[in-house]
Amino acid sequence: MNFTDFVFFVLAAILIIAALRVITARNPVHAVLNLILALFSAGGIWILLEAEFLAMVLVMVYIGAVMVLFLFVVMMLDIDQDRLRQGFWRYLPLGVVMGFIIVLELGLVLSNRYFLEMPVAPAPDISNTRLLGALLASEYVYPFELAAVVLLVALVGAVVLTFRGRKNGHHGDPAAQIRVRAADRLRIVQMPVEKDEPAEPQKEEQGAC
Amino acid sequence: METLMQTITQYGSGLFGAAWPSLWLVVWTLLKIIVLVVPVLTCVAYLTYFERKVIGYMHSRIGPNRVGPWGLFQPLADAGKAIFKEVITPSRANRKLYFIAPTLALAPAIAVWAVVPFGENLVVANIDASLLYILAIGSMSVYGLILAGWSSNSKYAFLGSMRAAAQVVSYEIAMGFALVVVLMVSGSLNLTDIVHAQQKGMGVDWGLNFLSWNWLPLLPLFVVFFISGIAETNRAPFDVAEGESEIVAGFHLEYSGMAFAIFFLAEYTEMILVSALTSLMFLGGWSSPVAFLPDGIWWLVAKICGLLFLFLWFRASFPRYRYDHIMRLGWKVFIPLTVFWLLLVGVWMLSPLNIWK
Repeated sequence: MNFTDFVFFVLAAILIIAALRVITARNPVHAVLNLILALFSAGGIWILLEAEFLAMVLVMVYIGAVMVLFLFVVMMLDIDQDRLRQGFWRYLPLGVVMGFIIVLELGLVLSNRYFLEMPVAPAPDISNTRLLGALLASEYVYPFELAAVVLLVALVGAVVLTFRGRKNGHHGDPAAQIRVRAADRLRIVQMPVEKDEPAEPQKEEQGAC
Repeated sequence: METLMQTITQYGSGLFGAAWPSLWLVVWTLLKIIVLVVPVLTCVAYLTYFERKVIGYMHSRIGPNRVGPWGLFQPLADAGKAIFKEVITPSRANRKLYFIAPTLALAPAIAVWAVVPFGENLVVANIDASLLYILAIGSMSVYGLILAGWSSNSKYAFLGSMRAAAQVVSYEIAMGFALVVVLMVSGSLNLTDIVHAQQKGMGVDWGLNFLSWNWLPLLPLFVVFFISGIAETNRAPFDVAEGESEIVAGFHLEYSGMAFAIFFLAEYTEMILVSALTSLMFLGGWSSPVAFLPDGIWWLVAKICGLLFLFLWFRASFPRYRYDHIMRLGWKVFIPLTVFWLLLVGVWMLSPLNIWK
C-alpha cells in the first residue's frame, strides 16, 4: 500500500462515517456540519483522482455557498425534535424500498463496463482545468449555455415565488442618503469664543435699567 | 537559496529514502509548513502592535509604550494574558461546537498560505489551480463565525454571526469576479504564473516595471478586490458583525481567554493574506517596481506592509457602515461593476489593442 492509497482509505473512512452521521445525528445543525465534512472528504478523493478543478469547485460551491445557506436556514428554524420523529415507523417501508432502488441503480451504473475500465493515465504537463475549459467552450458549449439558462430561470423563479411585494417599512434610499451633504442640513455659525470684556458691564447696566 | 534547498532535499531523501520514500515527502512538507507558519503568526502578533501604534498616532495618542522598549513586548504580554484567562462556556451552549468554532475560523486562514508564493519557487505547494484553492478554502472561514454565534446560545452572538455570514457570502462574489478577470489577463490560475505575466509588457520595455502590473489596466478591480477583502475579513468600516454599539461584540461575545484570542488570530492572518493576494495579483508580487533594482521577497513584504497600513488607516478614518449600506455596496455597486469590467476586458483582449499577449 503506497501513500496515496493510505490517504484514499483515510478520506473514504471519514466520508462514510460523516455520511452516516448526517442521517443519524439528532441535532439538525450537527447533521449539516457532517454533510460539510462528507463533501470536503469527497473533494479530497477527487484530488487524488487528479480532478483538482472539480474538487475545488465542489468545495467552493457546495461548502462555500450552498451549505452556508443550509446552515442559515437550519439554525433559524424552530424544529420540534419529537414531531420530526413521529412518522418514522409509518414511512420506514417506503424508505427501505427507495433505498433499495437507489442501491440497485448504483450497482447497475457501476457494474457497467464503461465505468470499470481504468481511465487513461493523464499526461504529466496537461492542465486538467485547461482541458475542461476547452471542452466546455467547444464541444459542450450548447449544453453548457443551456444549463446556465436553466439556472437563471430557477433564480428568477425563486425570486418571483417568494417576493410578496414591498412591505411598508422604513425603507430609505441608501443612494440618496449617501449623497446627503452636510451643508444642506447643518448651518455653521461663527461665534466669538469670548465677549469683549469692557463692553460687558455696560450691557448689564442697560439690562438692569 | 536554491542550492541550499537542493542540499536539504538530497540529504533528507538519503536519510529516509531507503526505508520509505514517501516519509521524506511528509517530513519535508511539514518543515516547509513550520518555516511558513511561524513567521506568519509572529507577523500577526506584531500586526496588533502596529495597529495600536498607528491608530494611536492617528488619534494623537502614544499607543502601547509600557511593556519593553517602545512597548515592543506588548503582543507577548497580551498572549500571556489570554492564555492564563479562564475560558468561560455559557451554561446552555453547545459545548462541542463552541470549542470547534474558533478552530474552524483559524484553520482555513492558515491553510490558504500553502499556495502563496513569496518568490521564485518559494512556495509550499505550487499547484496549478492555486487561485481556485484560495477561493475554495477562503470561503470556508465563514463557518467559524456562524458556528461561534449559534453555539454560544446568545441572541447578540447569533445576530452577529448572521450578519457576518451574509456579508462574507456577498463580497465573495465581487472578489471572485475580480479574480476571474485577473486570470483572464494572465491566462493561468497559478499565482506564480500570474506574477510572471505581470513581469512583461510595455512598462517593462521602458524600464518602469510598475506600469505593467495589473493595478493600472485593472484599476477598478484592484479597488474592488481590496475593499471586498476588507469586508471579507470583517474589518472596520465593515465590522457590523461585531458592531459594539448595536450587538455588543457580535459572534465572539461569549468567548473569553484564548478562545477569544484565536478569533483575532484568524482575523489578522486573513488581513495579511488579503494584502499578500492583492500584492501578488495586482502589484506584481515580488517583482521590483523599476528595472535597475533586483526582484526579491523584500518587495513583496514592502507591498504587504503598505496594504496593511491601508487597513489600519481605514479603520482610524471611517465610521462603521450601516448594514443595509454594506449590502447595497456589495450587490448593487461592486457586482455590476466587476461584471461590466469582465465584459470590457474580454472585448479588450479580443481587440487589436490587446496589451496582454
